[in-house]
Amino acid sequence: MATDYKWPAADQRTVIGKSMNRVDGPVKSSGRAKYTYDLVRPNMLYAHGVKCPYAHAKVTKIDTSAAEKMPGVAGVVVINDVGKEIFWAGTDVVAVAAVDESTARDAVRAIKVEYEQLPHLVLDEKEPDLSEAEKSEWYKVALKETSGDPTTAFQQAEVVHEGYYGTPVITHCCLETHGSIAEFPDSDHLFMHISTQNVPGIAEQLGKAIDFPASNIHVHQDHVGGGFGSKLGLDPWGVASAQLSKKAGGKPVKMMLDRKPELETAGCRPSARARVKVGAKKDGTLLAWESYSWGSGGVGGGGSPPIPYVWKVPNQQKQHVNVVNNIGPSRAWRAPNHPQACVLTMCPLDDLAAKLNMDTFDFVKKNIDLLDPRSKIYSEELDVADKLMGWKARWHPRGDNTAGPVKQGLGLALHTWGGRGHNSNTDLTIHPDGSVEVKMGTQDIGTGTRTSILQVVSDTLGIPMNQINLLIGDNQYPRDSASGGSSTIGGVSSANFRAATDAKNQLFAKVASALNAQPGDLEAADGRVRVASDHNRSLSWKDACAKLGATSITAHGTNPGEGDLTNSGVGGVQMADVSVDTETGIVKINKMVGVQDCGLVISPTQAKSQVLGAMIMGISYSLYEEKVMDQTTGTMLNTNMDMYRLAGLGDVGELVVHLMSGPGYDERGVIGIGEPPTVSPGAAISNAVANAIGVRVPFLPLTPERVLEALEKAESEGAKA
Amino acid sequence: MSDQEDVKGPGISRRSFLKISALTTSAPLVLGPTVLEVEGQEVHVYGPGKTPVTLNVNGKRLSANLEPRVTLLDALREKFEVTGPKRVCDRGLCGACTVMMDNKAVYACSVLAIDAQGKQIVTTDGLAPEGKLHPVSAAFVDNDAQQCGFCTPGFVMATKAFLDKHPNATKEELHRGLGGNFCRCGTYAGIKGAVAQLSGGGQQKGGA
Repeated sequence: MATDYKWPAADQRTVIGKSMNRVDGPVKSSGRAKYTYDLVRPNMLYAHGVKCPYAHAKVTKIDTSAAEKMPGVAGVVVINDVGKEIFWAGTDVVAVAAVDESTARDAVRAIKVEYEQLPHLVLDEKEPDLSEAEKSEWYKVALKETSGDPTTAFQQAEVVHEGYYGTPVITHCCLETHGSIAEFPDSDHLFMHISTQNVPGIAEQLGKAIDFPASNIHVHQDHVGGGFGSKLGLDPWGVASAQLSKKAGGKPVKMMLDRKPELETAGCRPSARARVKVGAKKDGTLLAWESYSWGSGGVGGGGSPPIPYVWKVPNQQKQHVNVVNNIGPSRAWRAPNHPQACVLTMCPLDDLAAKLNMDTFDFVKKNIDLLDPRSKIYSEELDVADKLMGWKARWHPRGDNTAGPVKQGLGLALHTWGGRGHNSNTDLTIHPDGSVEVKMGTQDIGTGTRTSILQVVSDTLGIPMNQINLLIGDNQYPRDSASGGSSTIGGVSSANFRAATDAKNQLFAKVASALNAQPGDLEAADGRVRVASDHNRSLSWKDACAKLGATSITAHGTNPGEGDLTNSGVGGVQMADVSVDTETGIVKINKMVGVQDCGLVISPTQAKSQVLGAMIMGISYSLYEEKVMDQTTGTMLNTNMDMYRLAGLGDVGELVVHLMSGPGYDERGVIGIGEPPTVSPGAAISNAVANAIGVRVPFLPLTPERVLEALEKAESEGAKA
Repeated sequence: MSDQEDVKGPGISRRSFLKISALTTSAPLVLGPTVLEVEGQEVHVYGPGKTPVTLNVNGKRLSANLEPRVTLLDALREKFEVTGPKRVCDRGLCGACTVMMDNKAVYACSVLAIDAQGKQIVTTDGLAPEGKLHPVSAAFVDNDAQQCGFCTPGFVMATKAFLDKHPNATKEELHRGLGGNFCRCGTYAGIKGAVAQLSGGGQQKGGA
């Protein structure tokens, strides 16, 4: 008999969709959670790297002899040998392991490397000339696309706005830096503790890098101190730690980055800048889009932001150029390319609405059909956000006319994301003593994956979450996928729902006769297995499991699989209320509202935390974050957390989150939520600042300097006119 | 707990240090601090080699031979495996290594281990016995004030030290008091909720 895998209806959910404390909250808030960085393995060595100080260079000479003679030094490996070309400052050239950190650092200083410096480019502000870009090695033309008839559409447009917008390169700034501990318990086996979003994928990558069978590489991680997309792959540091361990007779070698290389080399979000032209009819009907955009994320470029973002503008012409420059390369940064695309789209449209003398809210509603296929969701979300922000009651046209230097304004933005569940495998075992164990090679990157898995299994088996022993974070468990693309919740919840349903059905088959019932008549709830139509005919969970005799039940669950349990495609609306001091240029967030759909919500508390965290991260990149590069030296200037400042507790204002759930949303199944709410803050906050002070501050972050510059520019233009 | 009597903190002013610098360079390379008399006061001079260091951490006396340049943070983490305090910026900028030293919140990355001798050091690991949660940690759990959790132990200690001093904090006091700690996942709403819960279960004075 085929099982019909369907999420329980709202009135049947006992744990799914209920607010639960994070199960790893106690171990984290008591400081007992052990991260890779925290582990002290027996006889462990410490490794650090010799970093290339130049943005573009060739290695000409390496002398490690002095370091190798130093007492306490256990091994040296060359990562980039003589002749190798280096493409960004901070690249590791040599790694050295020693008995303690101080000795490793001393040894790094004792290694002499010589370079031939090559021409470098580390900036990206300058608008590339397209015809030159097509010939130059510093540029890659990534996109040239026309749809509809933009020329005619702009002629028909009654109101046209042109502007220049941009977001800088920013970093991930994971609090736990990248790194690993490698050890060979014997010459045939490698054991890796690694700070990663990808426990299941590391062994293949590492095996390939060091020519060692992936099957003999054991990867383990209990907790990771942030990844945000920067810890999906294996790094040179991971490879070096394994090579150094091999040199040191298999002793554990810990190689964790310091803060400077973390910010300089361990991932960034590419910049995106654009000249944008948009045209509409007088009534606000959006007709045409034209953009010339460019951006950078290192030698690999930065990808092309999907603009115009979420809007199906009928007539478009767009070109994008990747600036090939010598900065630490880009990596997926929470919703790759979307925050940039959102700024490059929602800011010019907000300016267009202002030129049309329209409230942006009305402008969006007027063009809601262009938001296909999510017009209905966005429309509903806008109405919810309006209520939570008091938008319609409080909105004023561009420029707060009230007296005094502090101006208040409102801004909004829309976003989307995929988020379908990834490939997952899980093994769920019901033991004859009633204990239950779930083994899964996934990882909880702080999103609440552990809590969600337990909520699904607890709900399905009708037993408390704390009766289930959950084992994750190890590649010896059934294979899951990397936690990226907001794909984890859909994958792990679906796989475990299938496994728990199968295990439960196998248990029902064993105990049905004891209850004088058919297996199909039974249900598991309230810690009992009972006849659904007659709760008096029941067994406690423990007694039911005892009927298994000596044999446990193990059910394997997968995703994808039978039944539509996970889905893709969400919409979100965010609104920001800001105050801007026109004398100091300081922007203050008064309030932000985030309205988000993500299908069926398994863990509302943790889902809400994801949205809150994304909004806070968004406030941080909107107001403070920028990777500042120096063209003269080719290096990053703000490599610690004073000058690369994150938003603090007092910077975020009041935050209101609303999850669209219930009928019309739940039926879609489980969809990831980690990334989408990170997208809108940049545009929403920038639009709120424009609404407050009456002029556009074109680039993020909205620093006091940039705010004052925009005000001065507007004043001098006003004086000229 | 009479460590305070055992070892005096060096407490050398920059001016005094300059005066004695000639003496320290001629001090023999032996374990243990050399006691010098400077301006009529006893001054302990450590290093340059390893020196025995004894710390009082979470009520336990812990000893190791450490170079004088080793920070309290590195001593805790690497020598004593007390890893609640995290190394994030290592420059007194982010608060992830916050511990309490004689009831005051300090950045463990910015204190030398030799200077922490004789002081009572408390980390999140020592706030409550294993299996139990201190009320501050419990409030963090109740308000989902941790995601990846790497900043959390530092925040818990900063919150404890702050609330000990300001049991009925205003919003402004809270923003300033916890302004020395940063979180990347964005758990501030939960932390504010935890503080509100700890300050009497109600709203903080001056709004959320």
